[in-house]
Amino acid sequence: MAVPNVVLHVADVHKRFGGLHALADIDLQIEEGQTHAIIGPNGAGKSTLLNVCIGKLAPTSGTVVFDGQVLTGKKPHEINQLGIARVFQTPEIFADLSVLQNVMIPALAKRDGAFKLNLLRSLDSQTTIRAEAEDMLEDVGLFGRRDTLAGSLSRGDKRRMELAMCLIQHPRLLLLDEPTAGMSRHDTNTTIELLKKIKSRGMTKVIIEHDMHVVFSLADKISVLAQGRIIADGTPDEVRGNPKVQEAYLGGTHQ
Amino acid sequence: MNALLMSRRDAVTLAIFALVVLTMPVWLQPFGAAYPGLMQKFAIYAIFAIGFNILFGLTGYLSFGHAAFLGVGSYTAVWSFKLLTMDALPAIAFAIILSGLLAVVIGYLSLRRSGIYFSILTLAFAQMCYNLAYSVLTPITNGETSLQLNLRDPRIIDSALAPRPAGLPSAGLFGHTFTGLEGFYFCAAALLIAFFIAQKIFASPFGMMLRGIKSNQTRMNYTGFNTRPYALSAFVISGMYAGLAGALLAVTDPLAGAERMQWTASGEVVLMTILGGVGTLIGPVLGAWIIKYFENIFSAFNEQIVSRFFDFLPAGAHEVVTAVASKFVGEGWNLTLGLVFVLIVVFLPGGIMEGVRRIAHLFDKSRRAPKAPAKLSTQPAE
Ligand SMILES: Nc1ncnc2c1ncn2[C@@H]1O[C@H](COP(=O)(O)OP(=O)(O)OP(=O)(O)O)[C@@H](O)[C@H]1O
Ligand SMILES: [Mg+2]
Repeated sequence: MAVPNVVLHVADVHKRFGGLHALADIDLQIEEGQTHAIIGPNGAGKSTLLNVCIGKLAPTSGTVVFDGQVLTGKKPHEINQLGIARVFQTPEIFADLSVLQNVMIPALAKRDGAFKLNLLRSLDSQTTIRAEAEDMLEDVGLFGRRDTLAGSLSRGDKRRMELAMCLIQHPRLLLLDEPTAGMSRHDTNTTIELLKKIKSRGMTKVIIEHDMHVVFSLADKISVLAQGRIIADGTPDEVRGNPKVQEAYLGGTHQ
Repeated sequence: MNALLMSRRDAVTLAIFALVVLTMPVWLQPFGAAYPGLMQKFAIYAIFAIGFNILFGLTGYLSFGHAAFLGVGSYTAVWSFKLLTMDALPAIAFAIILSGLLAVVIGYLSLRRSGIYFSILTLAFAQMCYNLAYSVLTPITNGETSLQLNLRDPRIIDSALAPRPAGLPSAGLFGHTFTGLEGFYFCAAALLIAFFIAQKIFASPFGMMLRGIKSNQTRMNYTGFNTRPYALSAFVISGMYAGLAGALLAVTDPLAGAERMQWTASGEVVLMTILGGVGTLIGPVLGAWIIKYFENIFSAFNEQIVSRFFDFLPAGAHEVVTAVASKFVGEGWNLTLGLVFVLIVVFLPGGIMEGVRRIAHLFDKSRRAPKAPAKLSTQPAE
């Protein structure tokens, strides 16, 4: 089968934690420009799957290929520099820096690469980076809070800021681990709109979500994970109609 | 040209700082500290602390072995005096290079661990340097007798340029030997340059990366930064600052002993930084000055001075207060310093600079309070 536009290919991945088979025989292809949702009950292995993709965990066996390059064995910063950014399930932010600084740092990573001894120029003089960060904050609705310490934001705002930190890098692949958890309905809807907007720019996304409203408004494809295995995948309609999924996960929550 | 530009706030800070440092011989008079020997130490240890803070304050990596670089700087400078010339500049250049190289090695190995393990590793390396100076390396360090100038030193460059003086020479600049306050002003100039560079680092993207490492190293990695070389650069820069300080110690007194590398000296710079305020530019300088002041002035107080100080008290109280207070001066200066340190860390965890900030905040509030309602109305509606 010709698969010219597969951006991320997870091939035969297994992950064991001692006796626990957290991921079993995962085979997943994410296509360019699509939003691919991964759903499944708590403990299904969704976060573990993302951890394997970004190099936080090494798979017990199998490989992850991104755009022709094998990711397994690469360092987290190398994987990011290839164009993969991630929003974590528990926000990973710079709590004691300001919101603006939080967003400027990833912009610098994008511009300067993994390491650059940029000692003598002042950060304040980097007006393009600053303007870019401010625009990004405007997009996620945090511009008014740019001088606040990131640690004092609410949980929902932290997630939005973390999303901004990823988006400013214009990654080719964005991995989102429950991006709307802890948000109000209103903020969730704003985030959905934002994610739809990026989609129109052609960014590929993998999104883990419990909120079915979010999943069905965004996803082009859905994979259902249960006990470390993919039990179904396909378009939202196919998945919705799949009796196995109804039984394992959706139950009666979605009509 | 571009490299010299700085924000207005930084420029003002630098100007005020320069004024304070250069007028030390005046304002230190009432404190009894305006003699060259002590003022030189103020300048030198301020450099040491500023450099240490670039590592500890920005990246959060707490080194317990920075005295090793101070010692290497001193030894290198004295060797430069002995072999080449009494000019301070080559001595300083060699000292910075050598301590930088040592910092590359120690930093490369120690930074493979973080937290307490990093601290222990740096401590272990510094103690190794200290012990080497006393054992295997005695041909270079002259062991317990300390490395000193000698009438038979070759001093190739100096000998070629001018007839050799009769006694032991002192350090200087371009053939001129430092006398009086010149040594102090030389160290003060070095301090101002060191402070300026630290300001640039604090304001640079590099400085922001170091803060990022301190705040959340995991996020830095997943944001695409290779944090290891960033932390190593900070380590090497702070090692070079220590090397500069060590060289200046040798410039003001051409003698280098291994005790300069002992763990107590490494601990002292940690105290200076925490006392003044970790991660601030001025804090470590204040910390260094206070500790050196205590060490040199407080330790020289005796019971008579204390008794005279409390002369205004009635007879009975006078005896009691004098007896108690004199326990805290002279030999007891460490006790006072310990007490001050405990009080500051407990009540002002951000060091003296946090105290300054709180006071400034109070003033700000009382000045702004009456205008508060007017200010609210000018805020744009969201
Ligand atoms: N580092 C680890 N060490 C040991 N076990 C782990 C580790 N990470 C995850 N697990 C286990 O693997 C299983 C899958 O966890 P994972 O976090 O991937 O689930 P999830 O699908 O993301 O769940 P949730 O919806 O609650 O976030 C769980 O049983 C978890 O306890
Ligand atoms: Mg999870």
